[in-house]
Amino acid sequence: MVSLQSLTALGKREATIVTHGPMTITERTDVALASLAARKGRMADLDKAAKAAGVPLPGPATHRTGTPYSAFWTAPEIWFVEAPYATHELIADLLKTAFGESASITEQTDAWVAFDLAAADLTPVLERLCNVDFSFVPAGYATRTVMEHLGVYLIKHDLGAARIYGPRSSAESLLHAIKTAAHSLW
Amino acid sequence: MTQSHRIEGGQIDRSKTLRFTFDGIPYQGHPGDTLASALLANGVRLMGRSFKYHRPRGPLSAGSEEPNALVELRSGGRQEPNTRATVAELYEGLTASSQNRWPSLRFDAMGINDKLSTFFAAGFYYKTFMWPKSFWEKLYEPIIRRAAGLGSVTREEDPDAYDKGFLHCDLLVIGAGPAGLMAALTAGQAGKRVILADEDFRMGGRLNAETFAVGDSQGADWATATVAELASLPNVRLMTRTTVVGAFDHGIYSAVERVSDHLPTPAKGKPRQVLWRIYTGKAILAGGATERPIAFENNDRPGIMLSGALRAYANRWGVKAGERVAVFTNNDDGLRTAIDLQAKGIDVVAVIDSRDGGDLLPGIRHLRGADVIDTSGKLGLTSITVRQGNGRSETIALNALGISGGWNPNVNIHSHHRSRPVYDPTIAAFVPGQDGPPGLLVAGAAAGQMSTHAALKTGRDAAIAAFDLTTVPDLPQAEDAPVKITPLWHVAHGKGRAWIDQQNDVTVKDVQLAKQENFTSVEHLKRYTTLGMATDQGKTGNVIGLAVMAELTGRSIPETGTTIYRPPYTPVALGALAGRSRGREFKPFRLTPSHHWAREQGATFVEVGNWLRTQWVPKPGETEWRQSVDREVLATRKSVGICDVTTLGKIDIQGTDAGAFLDRVYANTFSTLAVGKCRYGLMLREDGIVFDDGTTARMGQNEYVMTTTTANAVTVFRHLEFCRQCLWPEMDVQLISTTEAWAQFSVAGPNARKLLEKIVDQDISDAAFPYMAAGNITVGGLRARLFRISFSGELAYEIAVPTRYGDALLREMLAKGAEYDPIVYGTEALGVMRIEKGHVAGGELNGTSTALNMGLGKMVSKKKDSIGMVLSQREGLTDEDGYRLVGVRPVDPKASLTAGSHFLEKGVAPMAANDGGWLTSKVSSPHLGCDIALGYLKAGDRKIGQRMRIVNLLAGLDTEVEIISPHMFDPEGERLRG
Amino acid sequence: MLIHHPILGPRDAQEFVYLGDASLIDRPDGMTAGVDAFHDYLYNRTNPAGEHQELWYHEQGDRSWLVVTRNTVTHEITKVELARDVARARGRTK
Repeated sequence: MVSLQSLTALGKREATIVTHGPMTITERTDVALASLAARKGRMADLDKAAKAAGVPLPGPATHRTGTPYSAFWTAPEIWFVEAPYATHELIADLLKTAFGESASITEQTDAWVAFDLAAADLTPVLERLCNVDFSFVPAGYATRTVMEHLGVYLIKHDLGAARIYGPRSSAESLLHAIKTAAHSLW
Repeated sequence: MTQSHRIEGGQIDRSKTLRFTFDGIPYQGHPGDTLASALLANGVRLMGRSFKYHRPRGPLSAGSEEPNALVELRSGGRQEPNTRATVAELYEGLTASSQNRWPSLRFDAMGINDKLSTFFAAGFYYKTFMWPKSFWEKLYEPIIRRAAGLGSVTREEDPDAYDKGFLHCDLLVIGAGPAGLMAALTAGQAGKRVILADEDFRMGGRLNAETFAVGDSQGADWATATVAELASLPNVRLMTRTTVVGAFDHGIYSAVERVSDHLPTPAKGKPRQVLWRIYTGKAILAGGATERPIAFENNDRPGIMLSGALRAYANRWGVKAGERVAVFTNNDDGLRTAIDLQAKGIDVVAVIDSRDGGDLLPGIRHLRGADVIDTSGKLGLTSITVRQGNGRSETIALNALGISGGWNPNVNIHSHHRSRPVYDPTIAAFVPGQDGPPGLLVAGAAAGQMSTHAALKTGRDAAIAAFDLTTVPDLPQAEDAPVKITPLWHVAHGKGRAWIDQQNDVTVKDVQLAKQENFTSVEHLKRYTTLGMATDQGKTGNVIGLAVMAELTGRSIPETGTTIYRPPYTPVALGALAGRSRGREFKPFRLTPSHHWAREQGATFVEVGNWLRTQWVPKPGETEWRQSVDREVLATRKSVGICDVTTLGKIDIQGTDAGAFLDRVYANTFSTLAVGKCRYGLMLREDGIVFDDGTTARMGQNEYVMTTTTANAVTVFRHLEFCRQCLWPEMDVQLISTTEAWAQFSVAGPNARKLLEKIVDQDISDAAFPYMAAGNITVGGLRARLFRISFSGELAYEIAVPTRYGDALLREMLAKGAEYDPIVYGTEALGVMRIEKGHVAGGELNGTSTALNMGLGKMVSKKKDSIGMVLSQREGLTDEDGYRLVGVRPVDPKASLTAGSHFLEKGVAPMAANDGGWLTSKVSSPHLGCDIALGYLKAGDRKIGQRMRIVNLLAGLDTEVEIISPHMFDPEGERLRG
Repeated sequence: MLIHHPILGPRDAQEFVYLGDASLIDRPDGMTAGVDAFHDYLYNRTNPAGEHQELWYHEQGDRSWLVVTRNTVTHEITKVELARDVARARGRTK
C-alpha cells in the first residue's frame, strides 16, 4: 500500500522556526482548517449546530479561541474554523457531520501556510508589512490584509502574539518578507 | 584645510571632526553640519553650474528649497545626482562632486552658453529644433541631451534597500517648528496619537536659525526641551529626517523617512529610506515659509543668498558666508539678518532697503529707497552696484549679499487637492485658500502667521480645533513683530539678465518674452519658460515669476494666480517608491507542490503569473530544449507522462442553487450533470466574448468543483462573486477557492491507468471510472480526488491529494510506476499536446474571440439565460465569414511557422486589405514531424483542405501552408476514451 | 482613498478592485430582453462629474461587493452599501 510522507509549505519535513532579534517566527503545521459558510437562510440552524459542536462563531473581524475548535470571521456568514491537526485531520468531514445541510464546508488546511509571530511588541514589524493598525486593534482582531502583494489573514492574539495565514504556494516569499522586515528593524 | 569661515556658536558638535571631500579636495566639518554649511565654513561657495548657461552658482538657501547647490553625492552604485547640499547631512568620509561642468567646476567649457544667451532664451528649443523632422532623432535630440540636464545617473545597481510601511494616528503634524511643536504638544498632552514629522535632522524649524527667545530660553533650547517632553509621551511618535511629500484622499499622507542617508552606508539589512503611508484622523500643516529673492541683474553669483539663509548659516551652523556682507531687503526680516550678523562680529557693510522712509538701523549703514542693480565677480561675488534713492550709483566691495524679498508660506501640501492659495497683500504672499484636503488645518508661517508668537498660538489653536480640546498647555512668551513689507519683485534697471528661477535659468527677460508671445497664463508661462520645473519646483522663483507676469499684463497678482501644486513636495528617490519590489523581490513567487522535485532534476521554470511552473525537465545528454520537450511528448503519447497542474484555479461551489448558478455563469449546462461526472465548461463575458474555460465536476448533489485557467483564477472568482452578490442575491450558493489546498497532477498516456492502479485504493477500470468521471478516492487511506479528464488527448486522469503530500505523490508515482518509464513533462510539452489536439488556451482565449470563433458556437445554450448569451448573438459576432479556429501545417515539412504571422491567399500583396487572419499558437510536433499551428482564419471552417500562405514580414516568412482541422492528433478521440 | 465598509469600517481603497457604474446590477433577463436591452445595460452609462454610484469589490478583505456613492470631482464618499442589499432592494432575487 502507498504511504506518503508530508512536506511543510517550505518544503521541509519539520516546521521552520526563525528567530531574529526579539522576534520568533514559527511555522505551524499542526493546525487543521476549514471554511464554514451558512447556506442561504439557514443561519439559525447553523447557530444551533455550532453550539452543539462547540464551534465559536465570532462577529466581523474577530477570532475566538476554543477547544478543540477556534474560529475567525472571514466574510458575511463565513468563518474559518481551526482545530488541532492531530485529532482533526479530517476537519471538513467532521464539520459536515456536525452542520449537515445548514452550511457549506470546504477543506482549507493545505491552502494556507501559518506563521506564528512572537515578540514583546509586534507593531514595528507589522507596520512594515501591512496597513493594519496593530497596536490599536483589540486582542482577538482578525482581518484579511495584504503583505508584500500577498493576501493574508492576520490574527492578533495580543500585542506580542499574532498568526498570519498566507497562501501556501507563496510560503517562501511570505517568510522572506517577514524576515526582511525584522532585519530592517533589529 | 582649516575651516576659515567658521565662527562661534551654532548647533554643531565641535568636539568631533568629520572629514569629507568635494571634487576630490579634502575638507573638515562637524556633526550637525550640512554639506553646504561645511563647504561654506571652509570658504567654498562655488558648488555648481547652472542648468542652461552653466553659470557658476553657490547655495541660495539653507534648506530643501535649494535651486543651485546640487551635487552628486557618494559614488558607485550609491551615486546620487542632484542632491541638495543644503540638506545633505555631513558624515565621516562623505564624498561629493559638482555636476554639469566640464572639465572642472572653475573652468567649464559649456560656460560658452552664457555668452550665447540670446540663443537660449525661452522657447529656443521649440522654435529652433523643429524641422526637418528627420533631424530630431539624429541631430537635435542627442545634442540637447548632452548639453542639458544636471547630474548623471549611475549605471550601477543601487545596493541599498528601501522599505515601505503604514502608520496610523489621530493627528499628523507636518513640520516641527514652533507651530508644529506646539500643536503636537497640545494634542499629545490630550492623549491623542500624534505623529510629528520634520524633514530636518533637528527639530525646531526656524527656531534653530534664530536668536529669538521663547519663554525664558533661547528658541532653539525651548525646541529641544519641547521635543524631549514630546518624546516622553508614549502616544507621540517623533520622526526626524521625514518629509511629508503628499496629501492624498481621505486623510492619507505619504512621507519619506531618510533612515540611513546621514550614514556612510546603511547598517546591514537596514533600509536607506522608508516610504510611509500615514492614515490620519486630522493633520496640521506647520511647514513654515520659504524666503524668496528679488530679481536684479546678475543676482545669481556665488555669495548671493537669501537673507534668512545667511542668518541661518551664522546662527545654526556658526558659519559666515563672507567677511564683508550686505543685505538687500524690501521688508523688516532682512534687517534681522543685518543685526544678527553684526552681533556675530561680521562686517555688515550696508543694508540696501528698497523701502522709502522709516527708521534707520543703529550702527549699520542703512540705505533707504535703494536697490542693488548689478553685481560682479566671475566665480563668486566681489562687489555690488547700488542705486541710491537720490539716483546715484555706488559700487561696494564685499563677498556676501543676503536678499530678502519676503516669505512665501509653504502652502504646497494644502494645495495638493487643487485648492488655490489666495494672495494676502499684508504679507505680499499667497496663503492657503479654501477647500484644502478635508481634515487638514494649517498653522504658523505656513498659514501666513509670521511671528513666533503667532506660530505658537496658531499651532496650539489648530490642535484645539481639531479635537475640541479644553485642557491645553500655556503659551510661552515670544516675539510678535508684524510683517512690514513693500513688495519689490524685480529691480527695473539695465538690459542684463535678472534671475527669477535659478535652477532653470529663467530670467525676467524670459517672462517678458513669454508675455510677448502670449503665453500669459501661469501654466503656459511655466511650460514655455520652464519656470518652476525640476527638483525645486520653483519654491524660490514661482511667485516672483508670476508677479512679474502680473506687472507685464497689468493684471493683479491674485488674477494671475499660481500653478497647480502636486506631490511630491520635494524629490523622492525612485527606490523609495519601489520599496522592496525589485529584482527577485519584484513580486512574490508561487511554488508548485512538485517544485522541490523539479529543482532537484534541474528543471527549467517559466513564470506564469506569480507561479513558477516547470517548463521542461532535461535528462542527461540533452543540450537543447527541443530535445527535452520532444522526448516528453513522445514518452507521454507512448506510455505515460505526469504534469503538475496545481496552478489551475479551483473553486469550490456549494449550495442548493449551485447547479442553477453554474448554468448562469457557463454558456453550457451544468445542472443536468450527474454526480460523479465532470464536463468542459465555457464561460463568456457579458459582451459575448469568451472569458475562460475549464472542467467542472459535480462532487455531490449540491457541490461542484470548478477549474479555471491558471491566468484567470482570480478574475473568474471575482466575477462569480459579482454574479452571486449583485445579480442573483437570493441564490443559495457559496464559493471558496481551493487552488492551493490540493496538489493536482495530470497523468496521461496509454499506461496512465496502469500506473494509477498502483497508487489509488479504488477500482478505476474504464467501467468503474469511465471517461469524464470524477470522485473522491483514497491513496493509501489518504483523502484524494480523481478526475478522468484529458487536455493532451491521451487516456488521462487528474489526481489530487492534500498539498503537503504532493511531493510524495509525485515521487511515489514515478517509483511505483517505474516499469512504464513515466516521465514528468512541463508546460512546453503540455502546449505541444494541446495544440496537436486543437484545444484552445492563452493565444486563442485572447479577450477578443467568441465561442463561434473557436468552433464552439454550439456550446452556447439558448435554452437558458447565461452571462454573455444574448450579446454573443450580436450582429458582427455571428458573421458567417468571421474568424474560425483552424489548424495549419506547412506544405514543406521543413518550413517553420511563427505565431502572429498572417494568412494570405496565394498571389496577393501582403497588405492589411488582404489579411485573412493570424496564427495564435505554434509548436513543433514531434508526432507529425513538422511545425503545426492554430490560427483564426476568416471563414476558416470552409477552407479546410485549401492551401494559403503564411506571411510574417518582420520575420521574413512567406510560406505555403495547408489549412487543416484544428484537431490534428487523434481527431476521433479514441485514445482518451481508451 | 478610504472606503467605509458597512461591516468592517474604514479600509484602504488599495484593498478593493473597481468595476464601474452600479447600474451593472440591473442586468436584464436574458430570456426576455433582447440584444438592444443588453447593449444599453452594458455600454450606455452616464459619466457624471459629481455623485456617482459605483461597484467596488473588497478582494483583499471580505470579498463583499459594495455600492459606493462617490463624488467623482472631490472623491468624497457619502454612502457605502453592501451590493447584495442594493440588489435585493432593486428587486433582484435568483
